[in-house]
Amino acid sequence: MTFLILVSVGFSFLITAAIVIFFFKFHRKSKDEIGVAIHGDMRLETMWIVIPGFLALIMFGWGAVVYVDYRHAPQDTLDLYVIGKQWMWKVQQPNGRREINEMHIPVDRDVKLVLASEDVIHDFFVPAFRVKMDVVPGHYNTMWFRPTKAGRYHFFCSQYCGTNHAVMGGWVTVMEPSDYAAWLSGSTGENENPVVAGEKLFAEKACSTCHLSNGTGRAPSLNGVYGGTVRLADGSTVTADDAYIRESILDPPAKIVAGYQPVMPAFQGQLTEEQIMSLTAYIKSLQSQPVPATGAGVISAPGKK
Amino acid sequence: MPKEHYLNATYGLRSWLLTTDHKRIALLYLASVTFFFFIGGIFATMIRIHLLTPTGYLVTPETYNKLFTMHGVAMIFFFLIPSIPAVLGNFLVPMMIGAKDLAFPKINLLSWYIYLVGGSFVLYSFATGGLDTGWTFYTPLSSVYSNSAVTPAVIGIFINGFSSILTGLNFVVTIHTMRAPGMTWFRLPLFVWAQYATSIIFILGTPVIAITLLLAGLERMFHLGFFNPALGGDPILFQHLFWFYSHPAVYIMILPAMGVISEIIPTFARKPIFGYTFIAASSIAIAVIGFFVWAHHMFLTGESTYAALAFSLLSYLVAIPSAVKVFNWTSTLYKGSISYDTPMLYALGFIGLFLIGGLTGLFLACLGLDIHIHDTYFVVAHFHYIMVGGAVMGYVGGLHFWWPKITGKLYPEFLARLAAVTLFVGFNLTFFPQFILGYLGMPRRYHDYPPEFQVLNVMSTAGASILALGYLLPMLYLTWSMRYGKVAGPNPWPATGLEWRTPSPPPTENFDETPVVDWEPYDYKNRPDLGLATPAGPTLAPAHGDD
Repeated sequence: MTFLILVSVGFSFLITAAIVIFFFKFHRKSKDEIGVAIHGDMRLETMWIVIPGFLALIMFGWGAVVYVDYRHAPQDTLDLYVIGKQWMWKVQQPNGRREINEMHIPVDRDVKLVLASEDVIHDFFVPAFRVKMDVVPGHYNTMWFRPTKAGRYHFFCSQYCGTNHAVMGGWVTVMEPSDYAAWLSGSTGENENPVVAGEKLFAEKACSTCHLSNGTGRAPSLNGVYGGTVRLADGSTVTADDAYIRESILDPPAKIVAGYQPVMPAFQGQLTEEQIMSLTAYIKSLQSQPVPATGAGVISAPGKK
Repeated sequence: MPKEHYLNATYGLRSWLLTTDHKRIALLYLASVTFFFFIGGIFATMIRIHLLTPTGYLVTPETYNKLFTMHGVAMIFFFLIPSIPAVLGNFLVPMMIGAKDLAFPKINLLSWYIYLVGGSFVLYSFATGGLDTGWTFYTPLSSVYSNSAVTPAVIGIFINGFSSILTGLNFVVTIHTMRAPGMTWFRLPLFVWAQYATSIIFILGTPVIAITLLLAGLERMFHLGFFNPALGGDPILFQHLFWFYSHPAVYIMILPAMGVISEIIPTFARKPIFGYTFIAASSIAIAVIGFFVWAHHMFLTGESTYAALAFSLLSYLVAIPSAVKVFNWTSTLYKGSISYDTPMLYALGFIGLFLIGGLTGLFLACLGLDIHIHDTYFVVAHFHYIMVGGAVMGYVGGLHFWWPKITGKLYPEFLARLAAVTLFVGFNLTFFPQFILGYLGMPRRYHDYPPEFQVLNVMSTAGASILALGYLLPMLYLTWSMRYGKVAGPNPWPATGLEWRTPSPPPTENFDETPVVDWEPYDYKNRPDLGLATPAGPTLAPAHGDD
């Protein structure tokens, strides 16, 4: 950042100074005077292609490092689900506690947000943390950050989303870990743990009739799937992250696990974003379950790569 | 003034509405783009007044969203994109290459009518419910959720696209086939090179935006699932298609302005431009590389990290030819014979503003930094520096430079200099605070903002009122000068281009006889016809470094 400002101010100063000096020094002295015919200079041209090119590469490199780091969340994050809809934010803690236009998080802990939209594209933006990410319907995006100071910080929607875009915001409250724990347990009672909700849905939607946990069903066992690598029918492999699980629920034929038939019905349009997130949370909770020997498809469990 | 010229050759409404004279068509465009500039300007004024207070009392949120959308649509599609190519380009390209007209004069007139039809659809949309999708028309907001008159607007922009494509084709064919004897490619004025590069983008890019908006319109009207995830579409696909045109469209706006600057600077420094081939080649480089940077608008949509890296690198690459131009313009001033005439003030102002606009582009192309400043007022400030500080300054500067040729009259010099300085000051006061607003985290397109952002918003609005004054002044005195201005003569500056070797205003066929070019571009030394001091003259410093 400082480097970019320095380079920019430097170049602005250089060019402005040159213009001002030339402007006065070579001001027309008589009515019919003409300038000196200078057509160009190869050395100068080369110089002002190479030097800015080199400076640009430094800027690119620095930006790339920051960005790649931002796009790859570290292990062991505190995962919050965030759903944007015209014109409010719904935030859900891992234990199921829900908030609207508020987000409570502990200080000095890596926080990952899984973002989904119920309608149009939104964007979750916390200026104080220097982070934002689009919230795109039909996709999961994730963002992560590590708050280092307790306090209250504004968050905004920064992708134009219709009439009340400008008031679709709220506050992030960063708390000491003990305060956060106390806040988290002060549940209002109506907050169902997403894992429990997901387990219920799993039975309700009859997922459990095929996805048997011992791996003998018509569909692969989901034990230990989340976060691992799955081999597909076409021979390729895929990491079983939130986006993969979401796609497999909504549009199963897109990626068929090796050794299974495409028999699962598509759930596109039949589940809300929150229900999908609950199912994902439940499947994630199966991570700790033993992977059955016949659990075809799973070729590496998370953390064993 | 010549007795007979293109303005008085024939009379009556018919003679204007059915004209095939490129110069008259340029004036038809001048009137119509000025109309859209005025409309867009009124929307902008209301936006700035509304933003004086954090809670904005002037208009409702719905109206505010319509104001910034219609401001963008009117300014970009109906003012900025046609401004320099269709007004100045239309008037000048044939004259600069020594031709009688464009290659297809009737198609040229057709372009203007298509523009009018497209413009009417958009005005209909403004009048019947307005438009609240943002000029970017992001789906599924535009194709499903918006309750405003999206359909006529996308139809209008779709139709208007054909106007751009035809103008581009016309220019390319004209520049290839109708150059006067001796007018080789490397004797072409740099303005013509810039128009050529722009035409390439018109032809290759415009069909993509036309189809993209049509698909969004079809999704809205007939529920065909292209972009709406509920119908199996992908909203990100829209952004790829949209920016595939709309990023090069930025170069449609700025390249012609760069062409204007490349004409003005050598004229008022009275010397050949420094690095002619580099400036010409950089126009083409910008047009080509400009097609491969579009996804830098999408770093935070969840696009793959590798794509983001590639597009960031390419965005830095496209900055180099722009930098090359700035260095060459500045070097042209060295050992010149520089005057303070109004067009020169615009040209120097352009360099300063374009410099800031371009350098802040490096901030946005920087992946790590874009995470924070993307979709904030920093972006708003950045592209206004390029489009208003760059493109509009170039356009207004060019209008002043060629005004004597177009009308045969001189504008009042003092007022014109005053307006140029007013515009420069007003512009910076309006848009510089917005860089800071964006860095502090104020998102774009907010009708309502936290109170801590108020001071900078008030500054910006104050600047906008100065800026508005700066635009009204030229509108008034240029109109005044058409009747009362001093007679200009064929070459008042004097400048070296072919367009200055014919009376002002020019005859309908431009030249009495086909000119033959036997001099190099921007050459003042071997041009006794300009009536200036020769190299042997007493006022000239010894010419070293001259090759």
